[in-house]
Amino acid sequence: MKKEATQEYEQDLVGDGINSIQKVIDPHKTEAAHATKYVLISVCAFFLFVMLVLPLIVVVINALRDGWAAYTEAVFDEYTVKALQLTLLATVSAVAVNTVFGVFASYLLSKFYFRGRQLLSALIDIPFSISPVIAGLIFILTFGNVGWMGDFLKAHNIKIVFAVPGIILATIFVTFPFVFRELLPVLNAQGKDEEEAAALMGAKGFTIFCRITFPHIKWALLYGIVLCTARAMGEFGAVSVLSGHLRGKTNTLPLHVEILYNEFNTTAAFAVSSILVILAILILIARNLIEWKRK
Amino acid sequence: MEQQIVKVKNKRGVKVIPGFGFSMGVTLFLLSVIVLIPLASIFLSTARLDFREFWEIVTSRQIVSGYIVSLSCSFIAALVNVVFGLMLAWVIVRYEFPGRRLMDGLIELPFALPTAVAGISLTYLYSDQGWIGSFFAKAGIKIAYTRIGITIAMVFVGIPFVVRSLQPVLEKLDRQYEEAALMLGAGRTYTFFRVILPELFPALLAGFGLAFARGIGEYGSVVFIAGNIPYKTQIAPLLIMTKLEQYKYADATACALVLLLISFALMLLINSIQLHMQKFSKC
Repeated sequence: MKKEATQEYEQDLVGDGINSIQKVIDPHKTEAAHATKYVLISVCAFFLFVMLVLPLIVVVINALRDGWAAYTEAVFDEYTVKALQLTLLATVSAVAVNTVFGVFASYLLSKFYFRGRQLLSALIDIPFSISPVIAGLIFILTFGNVGWMGDFLKAHNIKIVFAVPGIILATIFVTFPFVFRELLPVLNAQGKDEEEAAALMGAKGFTIFCRITFPHIKWALLYGIVLCTARAMGEFGAVSVLSGHLRGKTNTLPLHVEILYNEFNTTAAFAVSSILVILAILILIARNLIEWKRK
Repeated sequence: MEQQIVKVKNKRGVKVIPGFGFSMGVTLFLLSVIVLIPLASIFLSTARLDFREFWEIVTSRQIVSGYIVSLSCSFIAALVNVVFGLMLAWVIVRYEFPGRRLMDGLIELPFALPTAVAGISLTYLYSDQGWIGSFFAKAGIKIAYTRIGITIAMVFVGIPFVVRSLQPVLEKLDRQYEEAALMLGAGRTYTFFRVILPELFPALLAGFGLAFARGIGEYGSVVFIAGNIPYKTQIAPLLIMTKLEQYKYADATACALVLLLISFALMLLINSIQLHMQKFSKC
């Protein structure tokens, strides 16, 4: 390699100067580099195909294994539709709460300097590092029969655990930092000169946010919402702890998949999964479109 | 930057931009209701146990084996992800080829695909009758319902973390140093290991930590392929689940607390690495 480079350099000294130096410098133009490039690309393509694409193909093929009629029957089954409704409800709630939180928290942490900023930021990230099962457990320990709020809730006939509110809470919890995490770097990079100028010229808080801050963050916000949606609709562990698995009542789509699978109703499980696969692919496309728009 | 902020604050003593109180209120309220108060419950519940009880639960054979399975499998999975993640990030950032954008877009699939779906699909693929599992079954290697299967599921969920933490660093990496090394006569392998890799190391470590942490806590995609054979393929999150279904709340809470502390320690480590990285890139 060393010899090769020197030789090339010497040869090109005789020929056309500028091009040749570039030729020597660019390490991606040598034959060995070409070989490495194609080997690496092939290995990566193979890895992605086996690890990521093949599972998707499995879902599609198994969903359609017993024919189209069986597929539509599983997809339009009463319980599937109810599960889909609950998944949508939980996802929309999670996105709504986390968008509000994300906007306020990122505004707070990027535009103001105060003690404990780092701590606050670290606290917001907690749901990222917690196992979904533990996320479910903490709500049982708070609102369940054994929880310290259990007696109070029972007295007022409010059911959170093993009911819809628990599922919604758990979904909000696991997706809590998503919008915030997308917004914070954008707001930090933007700085706060513009807001300060506007404030000194007499603009009110709401006007400043709508006219100055929002245009900077709109794509990041959309991106965060897409990520939040992806995670919320697929959440399994936390919701599983809190659901109590009541068909038609506290079953989300991923939980419905589990029940069907455990009943050895594999075709139906994959058919229901295919709805989630389609949603996942739509989310990926949306994500890439937004990324492309942002650039 | 930091200095400037302090100066402005000292000089004026007031904040110019409105909305501090309101933002603070909304942030703290939601954070407390959704994260902090529920999370405090786990510490409150554990405090009801005395230390001996806690220690007995946490060191019982079943729970210790659960930790060992979770930690060892996710450690190996994170290592696998570091190798392939580095390759993927390199290929996506440095090479131009048809399908590059598709490859880039696919990376996030494990993130978008619900874990339960990934779980049943991987189980189907790697079981003895499955497309991939049957190959290995002929060679006498069982994948589904063993620790190998668990590791594969954890590799699946961890890929995006390594690639996404490496990509921005690789994109910003100044090629001058590589060029200098090559001009000075270093081989390409030598340049990679001595010039490029040290620059990537903090990001690689952060990606490793994130994938590792995700693997330890992962439930949905692992639970189907694990098969839940006691002392062999029972992961820690599954043990918590089982204990809850048996209404053994004390056991579940104690087991969860240890897992929680492990994740917190890991996150602390990752954060300090990232902080170090930021300082490093400033000079």
